[in-house]
Amino acid sequence: MTRLVYDGTFEGLLTAVFEIYERKLTQVKMERGESYTSAMFENLVKVMTDNIRAERVLSGLRQKLSPNGVQRLYIAHLAGIENDDDTIVGFIRYVFDTDQNIEDDYSNRYVLRVSEIVGMMRREKHRMEAFVRFQKLKDETFYSAIQPDFNVLPLLIKHFKNRYADQKWIIYDIKRNYGLYYNLHDTEFISLEFSSVKNPGNVVTAFNEDEEIYQHLWKNYFTSVNIPARKNTKLHLRHIPKRYWKHLTEKI
Amino acid sequence: MDEARITEKLNILADAAKYDVSCASSGSKRKNENKGLGNASNGICHSYTEDGRCVSLLKILLTNHCIFDCAYCVSRKTNDIKRAAFTVQEVVDLTINFYRRNYIEGLFLSSGIFKDADYTMERLVRIAKKLRTEHKFNGYIHLKSIPGASDELMREAGLYADRLSVNLEMPTEAGLKLLAPDKNRQDMIDPMAFLNKEIIQRTEEKKLFKKAPMFAPAGQSTQVIIGATPENDNQILQTANYFYKTFNLKRVYYSGYVPVLVDKRLPALNTSVPMVRENRLYQADWLLRFYGFKVDEIVNNNQPLLDLDIDPKLGWAIRNMQAFPIDINKADLQMILRVPGIGMQSAQKIVSARKFAKLNWDQLKKIGVAINRAKYFIICKSNEFERRDLTGTNIKQFILAESKSKYLKNATTQLSIF
Repeated sequence: MTRLVYDGTFEGLLTAVFEIYERKLTQVKMERGESYTSAMFENLVKVMTDNIRAERVLSGLRQKLSPNGVQRLYIAHLAGIENDDDTIVGFIRYVFDTDQNIEDDYSNRYVLRVSEIVGMMRREKHRMEAFVRFQKLKDETFYSAIQPDFNVLPLLIKHFKNRYADQKWIIYDIKRNYGLYYNLHDTEFISLEFSSVKNPGNVVTAFNEDEEIYQHLWKNYFTSVNIPARKNTKLHLRHIPKRYWKHLTEKI
Repeated sequence: MDEARITEKLNILADAAKYDVSCASSGSKRKNENKGLGNASNGICHSYTEDGRCVSLLKILLTNHCIFDCAYCVSRKTNDIKRAAFTVQEVVDLTINFYRRNYIEGLFLSSGIFKDADYTMERLVRIAKKLRTEHKFNGYIHLKSIPGASDELMREAGLYADRLSVNLEMPTEAGLKLLAPDKNRQDMIDPMAFLNKEIIQRTEEKKLFKKAPMFAPAGQSTQVIIGATPENDNQILQTANYFYKTFNLKRVYYSGYVPVLVDKRLPALNTSVPMVRENRLYQADWLLRFYGFKVDEIVNNNQPLLDLDIDPKLGWAIRNMQAFPIDINKADLQMILRVPGIGMQSAQKIVSARKFAKLNWDQLKKIGVAINRAKYFIICKSNEFERRDLTGTNIKQFILAESKSKYLKNATTQLSIF
């Protein structure tokens, strides 16, 4: 068994795959970060991310997979689930060790698991597209705090940029402490200093003058459209699990 | 802005609109090409009310003043309730401000009939036009087509709205005559037929001239109230099927009647909402639209009611045991889709995966097949099989015994209220 320690980037993972083939490794275990502890007799490879090597692996993948198939690997990696880096490496090795395109071979455990992870990521992305609640600030920027289960912020760029093209907005992932800012032309990743504020989701003092009116109207609307005779708490909770409530205007 | 007054209006006019169950915001393809606000494509449910229904659109009436006196409707003329009306600008402001905060996908605007059909329709159209032209709003707009409004107004509505709908209200003409004597079914069918013709013609034009304007790109839908009149499931689904086929409707909605009014023609106030039946109708509707079932396979004169205990696909399967078991590694996609416990996604995955290797129970389970139901109807790469001497009735009993139906539980909580 050889442990490969890499920097957690997708390029790093692809570089690791390059090393696996170069060193003709068979049993491998992927690890993120800087792990120097090593048991005796155990092999440890520190992978230095190398864009040229990563690019070679990527172009190999592009030759054997559909564009969507490559994109799905990127998404599965973004999920950052412990142990599933091994799944992704397993998938890539299966790609290179088979003549035909294997991306739809759901009888293979790596392909099936990647499809599961991508499903989880897409669900979370879709939830964020639904559950982002912008609050209009004094400078006309629309601000939203989120705490998604997975790191889906990079997947949200296209949707929000297309939709809210004529307003400045920020979507901030409090859990991972970085955000997305759209300045009416482009989006960029930002990191905010919240050290002075206890709750980074709370920006009430910076509200635009009509913000509270519309929040109030929205809460009223939400209550008015409910049909008490059809109460179905189980279904309600399945659709909006409680962990999302703290950022939903209508559920606060 | 008079906040208190707007709040009151919103409460009244959202409350009055909530019995219209349509909430879809999908099926359009309006892009944000003018650097304006919003787009409309696949539909997003932004929230869910405590009854578990999706909140996707700002669903309101322009006014609940109405000249009609339909027995099933809260806004009927003789009902003593608070009345209100929005101004055009108020609806526009609410829509834009809710949309900018990502509360909604767009607007679903309906209205009580005040003065006459044209007068009402003209105001609905004016709001949609203002949103599209003055505010560069590309979000989803669903307008009610008011029966009896002029062709010119209908045509204009189609240019601004993504979806148009006129509700049939009751599954049959007789039901409508009983509860809504002022209304005439033909008046509902006429605008549907007119818009269908326009949509077909405009779609043809758009194929030839890319710049031709979109016309109701998300098509038409309708709604029938179930449980207020005595129609059976056969009548309801045959009606739905007829309207899907004849007018290319995108959706027929089934709205379980919520007793809100005392009227001797209607179920009593303490009658529970037929939620299970409503759910079975939707499942049957899906079978018609996506799973290749013919309506007669699901309900017919000999089999006029859907089984409330089991879903209609399982119902069909146990009535047609001669068609099973099928070999999951060989059968056509169409046949795999008919297996209880296998949905659209699983069926497609099975067909993709079996090109590489024959599938076994474990793999089917991981792909997402509900083995507890599917196992009676399929064989796969395995020596373990269910007994083959089971009758349909046996299978139904086994499945019911091992699955705690969400509906059985639901029914008991409903009863305990009274």
